[in-house]
Parts: sequence; structure tokens; C-alpha cells
Amino acid sequence: MQTIAIIDYGSGNLRSAAKAFERASRESGASAEIRVTDDLATIAAADRIVLPGVGAFADCRAGVDRVDGLRDTLEQRVIRDAVPFLGICVGMQLMARAGFEHLTTEGFAWIDGEVHRIEPSDEEDGRPRKVPHMGWNVLTVSAGHHPVLTGLEDGHHAYFVHSYAMRASAAEQKLATVDYGGEICAVVGRDNLVGTQFHPEKSQATGLRLIANFIGWTP
Amino acid sequence: MLKVRVIPCLDVKDGRVVKGVNFVDLVDAGDPVEQAKLYDAEGADELCFLDITASHENRETIFDVIARTAEQCFMPLNVGGGVRTVEDIRKLLLAGADKVSINTAAVNNPDFVREAAHKFGSQCITVAVDAKSVGEGRFEVFTHGGRNATGLDAVAWAQRMAEYGAGEILLTSMDRDGTKQGFDIPLTRAISDAVPVPVIASGGVGTLDHLVDGVRDGHASAVLAASIFHFGTYRISEAKQAMADAGLPMRQGD
Repeated sequence: MQTIAIIDYGSGNLRSAAKAFERASRESGASAEIRVTDDLATIAAADRIVLPGVGAFADCRAGVDRVDGLRDTLEQRVIRDAVPFLGICVGMQLMARAGFEHLTTEGFAWIDGEVHRIEPSDEEDGRPRKVPHMGWNVLTVSAGHHPVLTGLEDGHHAYFVHSYAMRASAAEQKLATVDYGGEICAVVGRDNLVGTQFHPEKSQATGLRLIANFIGWTP
Repeated sequence: MLKVRVIPCLDVKDGRVVKGVNFVDLVDAGDPVEQAKLYDAEGADELCFLDITASHENRETIFDVIARTAEQCFMPLNVGGGVRTVEDIRKLLLAGADKVSINTAAVNNPDFVREAAHKFGSQCITVAVDAKSVGEGRFEVFTHGGRNATGLDAVAWAQRMAEYGAGEILLTSMDRDGTKQGFDIPLTRAISDAVPVPVIASGGVGTLDHLVDGVRDGHASAVLAASIFHFGTYRISEAKQAMADAGLPMRQGD
């Protein structure tokens, strides 16, 4: 049985994430043990690592740094040992080189990109578009279909809530986008790393499908 | 393209749904979790629980309701009613809520909203604004179900709350609530056009056209209704179809 570590570093509610992983695991017949944890030994021993995150980029980065040794453990397991990794929302944004929310904060530099405030164009009738980008938006999945996006198609909906987004520099690392008065990066990835700006644990069947794909993924 | 959200609201007291119809397909119509599952299956875009439990002893019942819902419905869950402290918010989020609605506590202490947004992030802080018309184009914030006037101008208040970090505004017209006459469109539009964050229109929905009006004319990003869904007057799927037929972008079919 594989173990999946959902990292608990004080950022938001992880119960629904854990429940969604349990459900997706059960339904896909994967029998994974889901551990919500900040214990380095547990994280280091996990077969897959999930980094959620809500709130501000700098706060989440500080939260990671507050767990002594977590940053090194992530680098060791995810980059050097190539353990499959999924970042969710700000957890995805942390994969970037840097975030520019309130102040400039270094990210993990796993994905070639930066996190900036979204600046959507106005609505068709001239009203300013609302920020945060909140609600269900329609995915456009990049050609070449990453294995974690199997079964996700153009037109499927995912649930977003964010005011900042990653600008990925390398086209091949941009796996899916949505349109909100301009393009917003919805899924990024390379090698054994995937990150979703949306919340798969809140995106009903589409989200559960992505989670099940991640659980079954061999990069 | 971002879709318009349809949000059914369940009034919950002592862990039970207060009003509601006996849907034949529900095992227990008084169980909020059963009701939430039905709304989930029908395509609700979010769920809202309003906890109206009066007695302090029974306040804990909502946590069990949220926890059981979060185990079965993988969609955003907003919980309001009696949210007064950072500890209240923390407990609701840990139980499985994604957002909390702050109402009276914001009026009593506006800095609470700032503190909550700073601590938990704007994405999970909704400020509920209950407003009444007090003259041509003027709206005032009320609390306690519309009984207590606050002297606050609703538009300025909503702007201030957004500034303090509210991620969205849940706007209820106390003039229209329960009347089935439709949203207060001038109110909804005044607030929606004044704040940079999304506004959820609430109060007064009696027909599916009302939902359309709230978005098209009121400029709301989302619509919330309780009784038309509780009493089975309309299904969520019917509401979304009617809104799609009116040309609004709706999430349907997945």
C-alpha cells in the first residue's frame, strides 16, 4: 500500500483535501494511505507528496519555512528522488521562482515562472472584472495531455478562488489554462511535478478524476 | 469563461434543516447532509449553511453537520451564523467549511474582518451584509434579521469590508427576504458596481426570472436562494437551465 503525505504547515483546512484523496483512492482501487502531516520522517517516507495552500504567497512560504527541515526534505524527495508531487492553489504557486504578493518572496524555483496579481481585462459591457477570480471556470487542456489530466477535456469545469496566479515562462510546462479576461495558468508541471491553481478537492467529479490520476501516476 | 454560481442555502437549527420539503428521494429530509447531497447531485455550484441555532449548548451541532457534508460533497461550502471570533472560524474550517460568512460581528468590530482575512486569507472570508432601503437610492445596514439599524450606509460599508479583506460580499435585501418578489435590483447593482470583489445576491427569489435579473440587471456574480429550492418549487438544474437559456454563462453537465 502506498502512502500519500498531505503536508500540514498551518495553511487552511486540509480535511476536505484528505477526504477527497481518500474517496479518489477508494474509487480508483488504489488503496493509498492518506496522511495529513508535518512530520518530516513521514513526508520523507511517503510515495507521493501533496502541498496544499491558501492565503498569501509570503505567508505560505513562511509556513513552510517554519517547519524546521521541511524545505530540505521537499527538495530531497521531490527533486532528487523524483517522488510524484502535487501542489494545490498557493501550493502550486510556491513551485514558481518567486511570488510578488505584497512583497517579493522566493518560491521553490521548480517551475519557470513568477506569481503576480491577476489583472483581467474589463467585462464586455465595460465593468471591471471581479478579483478574486472566484468560482467555476472552463479548462483548456494543452495538447499532449499530461497523464494526470487523463479524462479531463476542454470544457470541463474546475473551482478557482485566487487573486494571484502563476505566469509560466515555458510553454511546455503549462498543462492547462482558463480564460478570465486573459489567460490564467490552471495546471503546470514537468517531470514528476504537477500543480493546480484550482482546487481539485472542491471540483467534484473533475477534481476527483485528477486526484485519482495523480494517485495512479508513474512519472 | 467564469460561470455564474447558483448557491442553495440551508437554514440549520440544532443540526437539523429548519424548513424544507419532503423530497421522496431523501432518506431524512431534516438531515442537512442528505439535503446537501441532493443539491450537490443537481449541480449546485456551492453550498451555504446558515446556522440559526439559538442556544449556546447546541452550537456544536453545526460542526458535525459540516464534517459529514465535507466527507461527501466535494464542492465549496460556506457557513454563516454566529461567527464571532477567530476561534469560531478556525473550528468551522477544521470541520470542513471552505468559507465563513461574518455578519453582526463585522458590524460590532470591523477590524475582526481584517484580522480574519489576514489570518485565514480573503478567499475564505465572506462578509454578509443585510440591507434595507431607506429612501431613494439609499440603503442602510441592519443586523438581527433586519430589526437593528446600524446607521451604516450599505454601499460604503461593503466597500470598507472589501478593503478590509472580505473575499466576497453576501448581500441580502431585508425588504425582499421572504417575499418572493425578486432581489432588490437597485441595491444589488449599487453594491456590485461599488466593490471589486464578487457579490452574491440574496433575498426575495420567487421565480427563476428573478435569478436571471440578479445577474443581468443587478450585476451579481452569484445568486443565493433558500426556499425555492427547499420547498421543491424549482430544482437547481432547472434554475441553471433557465439562466443558461437567458444567455448567462452556467456550469452544466460536469
